[in-house]
Amino acid sequence: MRKNALSDEILLTIDKPARYIGNEVNMVKKDPKSVDIRFCMCFPDVYEVGMSHLGIQILYDMFNQREDTYCERVYSPWTDLDKLLREKRLPLFALESQDPVKDFDFLGITLQYEMCYTNVLQILDLSGIPIFAAERTEEDPIVIGGGPCSYNPEPIADFFDCFYIGEGETVYDQVLDAYKENKRVGGSRKDYLDRIAEIEGIYVPSLYDVEYNEDGTIRSFTPNSPHAKPVIRKQVEMELSDTFYPKKPLVPYIKAIQDRVVLEIQRGCIRGCRFCQAGMLYRPIRERDVEYLKEVARTMLRSSGHEEISLSSLSSSDYSKLPELVYFLIEEFGKCGVNISLPSLRIDAFALDVMSKVQDVRKSSLTFAPEAGSQRLRNVINKGLTEENILKGAMDAFVGGWNKVKLYFMLGLPTETEEDIEGIAVLSDKIAREYYTIPKDQRNGKVAITTSTSFFVPKPFTPFQWVRMNTAEEFLSKQSILHRKLKEQLNYKSIRYNWHDAELTILEGIFARGDRRIAKVIYDAYKDGCLFDSWSEYFHYDRWMKAFEQNQIDIDFYIHRERSKDEILPWDFIDAGITKEFLWREYERAKAETVTPNCRKACAGCGARVFHGGVCYEPRKEEAADDGTNPVL
Amino acid sequence: MMVRIRFCKYGVLKFIGHLDTMRFFQKAIRRAGLDVVYSQGFSPHQIMSFASPLGVGITSDAEYLDVELHTCGEPEEMMAQLNAVMVEGIEVTGVKVLPEPLPNQRRETAMSLVAAADYLVSFKDGYDFAMDRETFEKAFAAFLASASIPVMKKSKKTEREMDIRPWIYAYAFPGAEAYPESHAERYENGIRVFLQLSAGSSVNIKPELVIEAFCESTGLEYNEFAWQIHRLEVYQDTALSGLTRMQIDECVRTQTLPERKLVGLIG
Repeated sequence: MRKNALSDEILLTIDKPARYIGNEVNMVKKDPKSVDIRFCMCFPDVYEVGMSHLGIQILYDMFNQREDTYCERVYSPWTDLDKLLREKRLPLFALESQDPVKDFDFLGITLQYEMCYTNVLQILDLSGIPIFAAERTEEDPIVIGGGPCSYNPEPIADFFDCFYIGEGETVYDQVLDAYKENKRVGGSRKDYLDRIAEIEGIYVPSLYDVEYNEDGTIRSFTPNSPHAKPVIRKQVEMELSDTFYPKKPLVPYIKAIQDRVVLEIQRGCIRGCRFCQAGMLYRPIRERDVEYLKEVARTMLRSSGHEEISLSSLSSSDYSKLPELVYFLIEEFGKCGVNISLPSLRIDAFALDVMSKVQDVRKSSLTFAPEAGSQRLRNVINKGLTEENILKGAMDAFVGGWNKVKLYFMLGLPTETEEDIEGIAVLSDKIAREYYTIPKDQRNGKVAITTSTSFFVPKPFTPFQWVRMNTAEEFLSKQSILHRKLKEQLNYKSIRYNWHDAELTILEGIFARGDRRIAKVIYDAYKDGCLFDSWSEYFHYDRWMKAFEQNQIDIDFYIHRERSKDEILPWDFIDAGITKEFLWREYERAKAETVTPNCRKACAGCGARVFHGGVCYEPRKEEAADDGTNPVL
Repeated sequence: MMVRIRFCKYGVLKFIGHLDTMRFFQKAIRRAGLDVVYSQGFSPHQIMSFASPLGVGITSDAEYLDVELHTCGEPEEMMAQLNAVMVEGIEVTGVKVLPEPLPNQRRETAMSLVAAADYLVSFKDGYDFAMDRETFEKAFAAFLASASIPVMKKSKKTEREMDIRPWIYAYAFPGAEAYPESHAERYENGIRVFLQLSAGSSVNIKPELVIEAFCESTGLEYNEFAWQIHRLEVYQDTALSGLTRMQIDECVRTQTLPERKLVGLIG
């Protein structure tokens, strides 16, 4: 029988002990003594959030297919256990073997959002691993970061021995083989990092020096070792229908955020929305084969016993075989009590048909993400959705019996004016007016519109990576303008307004485009008790501001400043496929309010063709009109 | 058709609460590929009910749940199918296809049948206890020798005094070799007591309540973490078959219950 790292008494005292006992359905069991490499995979948030992440499940499955490796998991202990571990001086442990994390060869941490950075420090601290990589010894695991935030790893570079830039399916075998080889020849930690610095996609921060100009911008970013490459190329898996996918997903005992089978139908996006980092980073779009997906769905439903399946991708309506796949899932599994959870779809006849088949029309709602309130601003951000599309889609759905609509917008987009903000209120109202054109006896009660706004954060590797972000005051003033404008609308009683917290957005903005000088602020804020920052009840803006002040870090420099074209950006050393020239071109087109066609209509010459696959090599449906872009390559 | 499943729950699974255990079985039944019945509508669910929810921290050799199937194989076959998809800490130990109720009768749920349960309550190693095993057994026997044991019984809304002595049906001090098949955790100090208690919807006596009363009567401090509770069996009382819930409640009130004939929930 397995032993728990925690005593019965602790487990019975804390909330949801199932977060810490492992032993879930499909958990991999190996004898730690029989393997060469022990890898502890971490999602730095609470168990229910971390267990919902597909990426971890893919890597868990992939690593454990290696006989020489045992991959285990750890998540952030919730604040109740955090307190007990510190009080009783107990080390943080992995779920499978319940062994201390410090005993592992690797600690891999996925970085899915910026606001998890203090949780990364908590994991290191509770494990007894020095927080700063420079202080680690031969006894400590190699700490490796990955995931979307590693596309600008600089604010947390001091805490990691290395980063894996890109999709995990490609070079992890090389990283693990190199570890074994280094161990065999008696190499040190330093030897190992030198060795993997030569693997494509691996970034070892300690092998680079950064110098700054007097104005605080970066003067130079240079390798200090012959092993380090000047440019790190992101990793892309091009064969998505012939690669790792967890056939036996882990099934937690307690309800995770995603309590269902997740079917990733494609990676990447053709749309090219200029604010969207994922849409740029994961280029080119690559579809998984529909027959492959059907088989994966069948296998995973059977091995997990989940009663729901959802499709995952950035823009599911762009998947070429979507109707075939969705109708298959409904027909094949609907009769065995499996619920099909639909992604957000472009409203058309197909969408309305499947929605009415799998959802209760009276309860479900339509979702639109116009992102901006006016056509002008939608052109700036390259969001192809027009007012006509939205009103027609909404009307079709209203006629079909729906009466709930959710609308998502951003405030603080580049070039935004008061008219654009007012446009959000007007559009919300127009949709309501559209509803009331239906004769009363054919309506399904009142219309309910929920308008939500978030604040725009400029992200690396987007055409807006140079722009000035709004201040908290500007955000709040825009929010109140919108609130006022909504109240002036005819149907304001049918519109509910949801807004976001401006302070959290400010921090996200700093981390997103920060450099190595931010690390000390994160450290100090953590030491001052900041943890679980993305959970509003634990977010302490005042402590963060104190930490910035103590370190004499000027927030304005990081977010409230327009960067120049020739400035060296902290993430410039990463080659994400898309070129800086393309991003600048898109920024110029944004300012000119010019739309760029999607990848299937015309190639915008972003640079992703270097990966030799995906949409870049599909035959194009319509020939590109001459829209001013210069297709390259 | 309705099928009754008996399972044991032990080891780390004792930290999984009742609702999560139910979710576990809903998924396990799907993994096993049983031909389960779903309710109609947009959120179909299995028709499933448990006999007696087990508290977090408690282990058991005999938990029962009923589930409705369209078709089914032999009990042994279903048991093998289920055990192929279990985890360490939950094991199916019996499956029974329940007889169909007569045309004008309602089916009795497992929960409505529960009348008594056997428990093994052990003192965990690593905690201080003022008595050794022998002293404990003497003191416990003396405690149960009293004609009445008044305790404050708390329910969700009220707190009232009740005499629990009539509802403690049996007790014993089993030796180390007793229950060789059981998944009950074993401790070196050897302090443990077997209790047969009234259970179910009429009078449900939790073993914690008995231990707490014992501690109080002997002036010991009751530490809920120091005692491991293990359920050995859950019974129906066939002497009550045919009586309605109201009739049973009346017998309880007037203390005129017929002599017990306890049988396990799958016989």
